[in-house]
Amino acid sequence: MNSEEDLAVVTVFGADKPGIVAGITGVLATYNVNIVDISETVLRGLFTMIMIVDLKTSNVQLSFLKEKLEEKAKELNVTISLNHISVFKYMQRV
Amino acid sequence: MAYRFSSKEVTEVLDMLLFQNLDIRAVTLSVNIAQASSHDIRVTSSRIEEILKKHVSKFSSVVDEVSEKYGVKIVTKRLSLTPISFLLEPLCYEKNVEESKKNALEIAKLIDRIAVENKIDFVGGYAAFVHKDETHGDVALIESIPEVLSSTNTINSVVNVASTETGINMNAVKKMARKIKETSELTKNGIGCTRLVVTANAPEDNPFMPGSYHGVGESEASINVAMSGPGVIENAIRNLRDDVDFRTLHDTVKRAAFKVARLGELIGKKVAESLGVSFGAVDISLAPSPKVGDSIAGILEAMGLESTGTHGTILALAILTDAVKKGGAMAVSHVGGLSGAFIPVSEDALMMEAFRRGSMSIEELHALSAVCNTGVDMLPIPGDTSAETIAGIIADEMALAITLDKSLGVRVIPVPGKKAGDEVEFGGLLGKSVVAEVKRFSNEKLINKKGTVPPFVERLKKG
Repeated sequence: MNSEEDLAVVTVFGADKPGIVAGITGVLATYNVNIVDISETVLRGLFTMIMIVDLKTSNVQLSFLKEKLEEKAKELNVTISLNHISVFKYMQRV
Repeated sequence: MAYRFSSKEVTEVLDMLLFQNLDIRAVTLSVNIAQASSHDIRVTSSRIEEILKKHVSKFSSVVDEVSEKYGVKIVTKRLSLTPISFLLEPLCYEKNVEESKKNALEIAKLIDRIAVENKIDFVGGYAAFVHKDETHGDVALIESIPEVLSSTNTINSVVNVASTETGINMNAVKKMARKIKETSELTKNGIGCTRLVVTANAPEDNPFMPGSYHGVGESEASINVAMSGPGVIENAIRNLRDDVDFRTLHDTVKRAAFKVARLGELIGKKVAESLGVSFGAVDISLAPSPKVGDSIAGILEAMGLESTGTHGTILALAILTDAVKKGGAMAVSHVGGLSGAFIPVSEDALMMEAFRRGSMSIEELHALSAVCNTGVDMLPIPGDTSAETIAGIIADEMALAITLDKSLGVRVIPVPGKKAGDEVEFGGLLGKSVVAEVKRFSNEKLINKKGTVPPFVERLKKG
């Protein structure tokens, strides 16, 4: 059972092209961040990859991870968003 | 499991945060500084500094950390303090006005400096309550307002001049009209007036600018949150078919408002936890910003009005505020503020357009007060508007407030050198607007009568 305090949602938006999933998951693996769930969808016509990640096994802070993911996103020419899971829990569950 | 969300649920939230301008307009730390009160300005100043430093040193960084962790933009950080008129009482008792003003200005400048040093955008609490009459501290505070607003960047001032219980203090209304004129003349484009509101029925405590102060019945310090989010509501309405019925429209606004308010509840709780202070309230009111897609007028027009202000606008705003209250009340444990919709004219790009087109007017703003809790807010008026006309605008709004038994306010900005129809830019969140027309017929014989308008019959219902 995951402790919700350690869960975050990583979302990647951009034009679909080879290497996006590999690039982003590569960063997560480097910092030992576990992917709990992964799915793909379309938001405002953009390819969107949604990952729920668990930072419990990682030794980095969320802000550090965000910085590294943003660097990679820039390289891949996509946009990344990182939000703690509580945002979704508060807004989508009563 | 709780962390399982469908792609649709995740993208809906992200769409709101990234594309519909959903953000936290303000996180406000409300602090009791009453214990700084003394007969010696040096003692009062050093105590204020001590108390504020203890509370605000971590505030800015904690807000930034929470913003980053949750991926939610927090636009401003604010402080709300014990009404400064209370602190001025022992300092100004039986002193002459000039000496009293000097003390008031010194306190305001000190607080402004501490706020700027700690990256705080606005400070509320430069407040006086004169709805029946005034004391030495009130006089000192009111007399100092033009100089305080023109020599500080963060201080917000509120003066309550009417209440259902006591009626309307017309002497105070006229005095405030003159202070608005003086403030306007001392600041570029009259911008000082954007931090000055005259109110009726001020609540016990109000952590939301510009009418903010740390009131009675509160803890030493608490965190309060004000939301933005008109874009979310507008988007939800635009996704409906034009032929939906009124219940569906109302329900759609309610559901969207629930989500907006929940985000405020989350952020407020987390900031309060990190600072080790209590969580006060979420103001569930929708507040616009000058950005495209962040407009209350945009919501009303999405409901089906060609231009805000046309016939049907009161109905549209009434539906909006009722649905926001119902959705928001379920979302948060403690609703505060005025909880409906704000319609500050210059801060709402489409509201300004409606003024430019002529579908909106100051009369329409007064009328809309019946169904929301704003009043006449952030409205630029011609620089040569007389103090009596401004007093008339305030008095009209106060009369509505004590008749309807609700909180309302007036924040008008006489813009020096500008006439009706001219454009004025205040910058940043304050936006820009066309200068609204005011009536040119005299009201002097009425307004210049002295004393207090007695409380209306609404008072008797209170026992």
